[in-house]
Amino acid sequence: MTDPSAPAVELEDACRDYGERPALRDVSLSLETGRTLVVFGPNGAGKTTLLRVLATLLRPHAGTVRVLGSVLPREGWAVRGRIGFLGHEPLLYRDLSGRENLRYHAQLHKVDEGRVEALLDRVQMKARADDPVRTLSRGMVQRLAVCRAVLHDPELLLLDEPLGNLDPAAAGLVEPLIGRSGGATRVVTSHDPAGGLEQADLALGLRDGHVVLLEPASGVGSAEVGALYA
Amino acid sequence: MSTIAALVRKDLRLELRTRESVPAMALFSVTTFVVFHFGLDRSSVAGDLASGVLWVTLLFAAMLGINRLFVAEREQGGFDGFLLAPVDRTALLISKALALFAFLVAVELVAVPAFVVLLLGPSPSGALPELLGILLLADAGIAIIGTLASALAVQTAARDLIAPLLALPLLIPVVIAAARATTPLLLESGAESVALRWPVTLGLYDMVFALLAYAVFDFLLED
Repeated sequence: MTDPSAPAVELEDACRDYGERPALRDVSLSLETGRTLVVFGPNGAGKTTLLRVLATLLRPHAGTVRVLGSVLPREGWAVRGRIGFLGHEPLLYRDLSGRENLRYHAQLHKVDEGRVEALLDRVQMKARADDPVRTLSRGMVQRLAVCRAVLHDPELLLLDEPLGNLDPAAAGLVEPLIGRSGGATRVVTSHDPAGGLEQADLALGLRDGHVVLLEPASGVGSAEVGALYA
Repeated sequence: MSTIAALVRKDLRLELRTRESVPAMALFSVTTFVVFHFGLDRSSVAGDLASGVLWVTLLFAAMLGINRLFVAEREQGGFDGFLLAPVDRTALLISKALALFAFLVAVELVAVPAFVVLLLGPSPSGALPELLGILLLADAGIAIIGTLASALAVQTAARDLIAPLLALPLLIPVVIAAARATTPLLLESGAESVALRWPVTLGLYDMVFALLAYAVFDFLLED
């Protein structure tokens, strides 16, 4: 049974390995509903692994992971469909158009196709919506990937460097969908200390899979986050 | 059902766009019949030889499709996109088997007439319903076993090698039963009735592997 009053995300000594190599080690944290956790750390620190564990795409090898009140991986079925995941890959078929991809995902999530058209409009992709994804620029693909991630109006957004391929104008277009103003609980990875802290309620620093920083963002300075990359 | 329909539609649409599997499988079949034509140094074949040539060719053509069945899911994030959706994972197994079945039927629409023109001595026109039934039963087996083998192989780096190594031994009974069932339909003296045990064997084998695939497929999608 899921507990609606439980934190949106709760980890206790969560571990995840890739073969012999540890990717996450004893990660413990709690994130309240509607708050934003920003995860900092150099490449290979475990940020993407953390997001994939929370998204039910990877099993934790030890510890406890609760997402939206459900224990993973045992109750993963209960949270799929309530999570929006935007990773490094857009999860779009290159030979289908943006509209076809979004309609396909809408059918999987039992979402009305009108939502697809509304989202294409919101990110100003209607004009290129029937072009194969392989013919679009990285920024356009990222806009479509944002649409895919929020298509089912998820309660929890897991965003891996979501603005990476976007110019400022495009970033402004997707902000209402994946930004703080959307109201969803968010876990966001970032390499931008100042920008990341600006949108964070809680800051997490990872290095080699270990937690080296976990504090309310208001008490953390850019220099402290920047030191993670030194 | 709507999930399966969405998945099958997506697979067929991708195949129509990329034309990666069916044209290659059909071309392979026709080319192989030409090779048999010259390799056997015979203008026509009949009986068990004809049946063997037909089924071995269709089996190896099917391997081309089996190898590519999950490639888009693996390389373009299809697995993740599917796993993030609140749907029964078995839908992926069923949809992929249906897609492969459709590919095989499409290939046979080209390959079987080509076989009749290039190699077959006796006309199979008197036994078309029986031949069609055997083709569909064998296609079902190839689709189910091929989907299972492909799902296993695609998780490995050497998927092009692993898929045939897994699928071919499991498909030997399908080919044996299909070839034995087809032989009486392709006799020089005219088509004879098919011994019931071979279609029944095919049907039972299909059913056993359908149940096996249903039981294990969820585990294949786990990380």
